[in-house]
Amino acid sequence: MAEAPRLPPGQYETKDFPVLSAGPTPRTPLSKWDFTIHDANGRSARWSWDEFQTLPRDTPVVDIHCVTKWSKFGTKWEGVSVDSLLAAAVSQGIESGPFILAFCDGGYTTNLPLTDVTGGKAWVAFGYDGAPLPPEHGGPARLLVPHLYFWKSAKWVRGLRFQLADRPGFWEQLGYHDRGDPWREQRYQGDP
Amino acid sequence: MHTEKMWLDGNAAGGILRDVFAHEMTAALASCVGCGTVGPVGALLEYGQPMGIVLRCPRCDTPVLRIVRTPGFLRLDLSGLTLLTIPD
Amino acid sequence: MSSDIRAIPETAAPARLEWRVATVVDVRDETPRARTLVLNVPQWPGHRPGQHVDVRLVAEDGYQAQRSYSIASPPEEHTVALTVERLDDGEVSPYLVSELRRGDGLEIRGPIGGYFVWDVAVGGPLLLVAGGSGIVPLMAMLRRHARADASERSAVPVRLLYSARAPDDVIYRAELEQLADPPLVEVVFTFTRNAPPSWTGYRRRIDRAMLESVSWPPSAAPHAYVCGPTVLVESVATQLVELGHAASRVRTERFGPSG
Repeated sequence: MAEAPRLPPGQYETKDFPVLSAGPTPRTPLSKWDFTIHDANGRSARWSWDEFQTLPRDTPVVDIHCVTKWSKFGTKWEGVSVDSLLAAAVSQGIESGPFILAFCDGGYTTNLPLTDVTGGKAWVAFGYDGAPLPPEHGGPARLLVPHLYFWKSAKWVRGLRFQLADRPGFWEQLGYHDRGDPWREQRYQGDP
Repeated sequence: MHTEKMWLDGNAAGGILRDVFAHEMTAALASCVGCGTVGPVGALLEYGQPMGIVLRCPRCDTPVLRIVRTPGFLRLDLSGLTLLTIPD
Repeated sequence: MSSDIRAIPETAAPARLEWRVATVVDVRDETPRARTLVLNVPQWPGHRPGQHVDVRLVAEDGYQAQRSYSIASPPEEHTVALTVERLDDGEVSPYLVSELRRGDGLEIRGPIGGYFVWDVAVGGPLLLVAGGSGIVPLMAMLRRHARADASERSAVPVRLLYSARAPDDVIYRAELEQLADPPLVEVVFTFTRNAPPSWTGYRRRIDRAMLESVSWPPSAAPHAYVCGPTVLVESVATQLVELGHAASRVRTERFGPSG
């Protein structure tokens, strides 16, 4: 049986790791960093950096695809799965919802369906290539959702907010797709 | 790493802004909703390329102007400015 | 807001910008990494010193890359000169600096810019501060000044402070030495990495003391144009304001990777 293609339509492989950003690189000290999950009722679950570091971690190796057409294969990360964060939040009484808005230092946001960050598909990553995630690539921590275009893997992430409606985030408000599946080339609003 | 993006301020957005506004825009004055600073569009700090153009206030980093061109549409978010004064 | 922030009145450039195919009529190596491309642009409407153009390259597979480059030539010339510095990991500059030949076409759009623009009508004194390839738009201003008629020219004293890594990195060195005409036109270099032992000038990054020495005092109300890498531009602009210059008289254009 033929091997599944690794390169989604319209992409090219790069060995670089280009840095794209919608704003200046934030420099949040770990002593001030926290990660919070909010629900639509106003309840929240929060972890400090030290608490976050005690959570079970994964080391996913994944291909990533940017809507600007570059793809990078075999990137190595270290992080906490969103599944375990959501499970912990729910056990603290947080009510989940069908959609998520990830929010970040600097004000960046991105929206995602819940189903795209559960089932082993997403992490909050603080390690890249065996070292702490550098600030220009989103450190201290970024969202990692490799099966979608990489603008969904929000840099400098500080939390997730459950939404009852799929309200668009920073780039989505300006015309990028609400979901962003590279295998269906869902780059822009209106792409099927 | 692709570092080749020569322009880092609102002068770079000059071409696309000219398309949208039919006026030279780099000298237009933008009033920032975040801090009230009034300054030329050319002095705003540019981010976001190549996904789009985000022009931020040099004082408070609020996105003053955001522009994205997708096939068939040019979207402009002006919610970061309260007033745009364009020399005419 | 001060009335100093006023766009220089437009000449008859059309409001909408069209992409045009320009022809390369000459190429000139300026330094090991920088080359000037001289373009013949059909129906070029003219430009003002400090303005730039957008350049668009389209590959056979349809992939497009677009960059902006400052115009180096003064408005008096009928051709449009761009000086491009090659960035090794760049997508566009290696092609422009190393592959483009006389006779080739290049898609450009312009002129663009109304903020970082100087012309004789703005007056002086004129303080130009360049870091690296930030000299390009300032050169258009200097060349315009050189071609102004004698009475206009003598009414505007100019001082250029140009920061480069080493003498070999100075773009337009020979021409700058010719344009220097103290006390009307002063050109001051500072080398931040290497200078020959015989060099008696500045050997450090631009700082407040250097700006204070080189510039006119705030009471002279010079028009300042600062262009180069972001870190240099921000520090120079801040220092000029700290020295007492009105922020509205300090215009900036940031190039290059941020710090």
